[in-house]
Amino acid sequence: MGIDLKELLERFGRGDRSALSRVITLVENRSSLAPEILDALYTKTGRAYRIGITGPPGAGKSTLVSGLVQVLRSKNKLVGVIAVDPTSPFTGGALLGDRIRMQEIGLNEGVFVRSMATRGSLGGLAEAATDVADIMDAFGKDFVVTETVGVGQCELDVAEACYTTVVVIVPESGDSIQAMKAGLMEIADIIVINKSDREGADNIARQTRAMLELRGERNGWMPPVIPTIASQSKGLDDLYEMIDKHRQFLEASGLLAKHRRTNIERTIRALVESEIYRTIWNESTMHHLEKLVDEVMAGRISPRRASRQLLERLQEDGE
Amino acid sequence: MERKIRVLVAKPGLDGHDRGAKVVASALRDAGMEVIYTGLHQTPEVIVEAAVQEDVDVIGLSILSGAHMALFPRILELLRERGADDKLVVAGGIIPKDDIEELKRMGISEIFGPGTPTSQIVDYIKREVEARRA
Repeated sequence: MGIDLKELLERFGRGDRSALSRVITLVENRSSLAPEILDALYTKTGRAYRIGITGPPGAGKSTLVSGLVQVLRSKNKLVGVIAVDPTSPFTGGALLGDRIRMQEIGLNEGVFVRSMATRGSLGGLAEAATDVADIMDAFGKDFVVTETVGVGQCELDVAEACYTTVVVIVPESGDSIQAMKAGLMEIADIIVINKSDREGADNIARQTRAMLELRGERNGWMPPVIPTIASQSKGLDDLYEMIDKHRQFLEASGLLAKHRRTNIERTIRALVESEIYRTIWNESTMHHLEKLVDEVMAGRISPRRASRQLLERLQEDGE
Repeated sequence: MERKIRVLVAKPGLDGHDRGAKVVASALRDAGMEVIYTGLHQTPEVIVEAAVQEDVDVIGLSILSGAHMALFPRILELLRERGADDKLVVAGGIIPKDDIEELKRMGISEIFGPGTPTSQIVDYIKREVEARRA
């Protein structure tokens, strides 16, 4: 399929939304044009503030995102939304349903929503989502909001690559917080108790605060707990104000620059590692690997010794 | 390059019956496609905007209200306006025979009536998308 990249990027620069959409597809599919596109757009990034919204399924994340986006629009901010849902490891397919809860922003000129499946990418989701956020940033968005289900490690990585991470829970989360606190709660800059009109909301807010106090400040920031009822647009202004407060804190303390530095470092590392990975496992090493597996199966050597032999061979090849 | 087939499944109009749409959406997912489901009561404008933002290969429209002769042509018209008329548009639901011919002339590629096996829809979409990409 012939793609006129120059023309595509020109339309992108003029603010054409179908061009934005096509650029995202090319990058998400890791097309051969992706590196050139990302290189060309990278110099235009750095303006958008990145917010991550994560939490267990059914916490009302999409509704909350929709409400937050409306608050941002009321302040005339341009917003990009990335809604990530899991790919089935069995079929490779995905059902992306976040738009159902985002009807209110479906036709808003200043909002662009893109659904993304996690796809099988080995830890590559964070990179792919960051690429899409970069693209939206380069397009001129003031905010990029990324929504993920806070279950797997790679989803947490996505949330953590954002500047402000909002963890959403509901009164019913109760005991499951015990299970979640290891991963999910540690990355929270702000905790939202959504559906706060339900029974047990005060209780869970109290428990969460107690847990946070026990842990103490992180880099000088104590994560606040904010009650919301997203379906009734309640608490969303408070949420926006707190995000803004966290942003000011990050900027004043120099942590934002540090965060960006860490992200850049991670990106370069990931790119280098995937390239090395790709070059190492070529036909010849795969063949050699097969033979070594036979050796191990026959009980002649250990897997560890096999790995050393393979590494030695790679070093010889490199010399 | 990894290229998934992306499909928007949308329900234009006012009927509230989305079981068929959900069954088809699940079947397409199980066939390895990425399915964006938008929910009930969508206007043609919202459907087309979503299709553009999601850069889907296919738009699947489900309708049971009888308003297809008003809504489908509008969707096709908006797609043309946005330069997005390269997308495959298929439909399902209760649509009389006479209308099927008319809608196909307008640009709906295929219409699947009640009782169509989902495998037939999956095969059709795979075949058509591959042909368009080639």
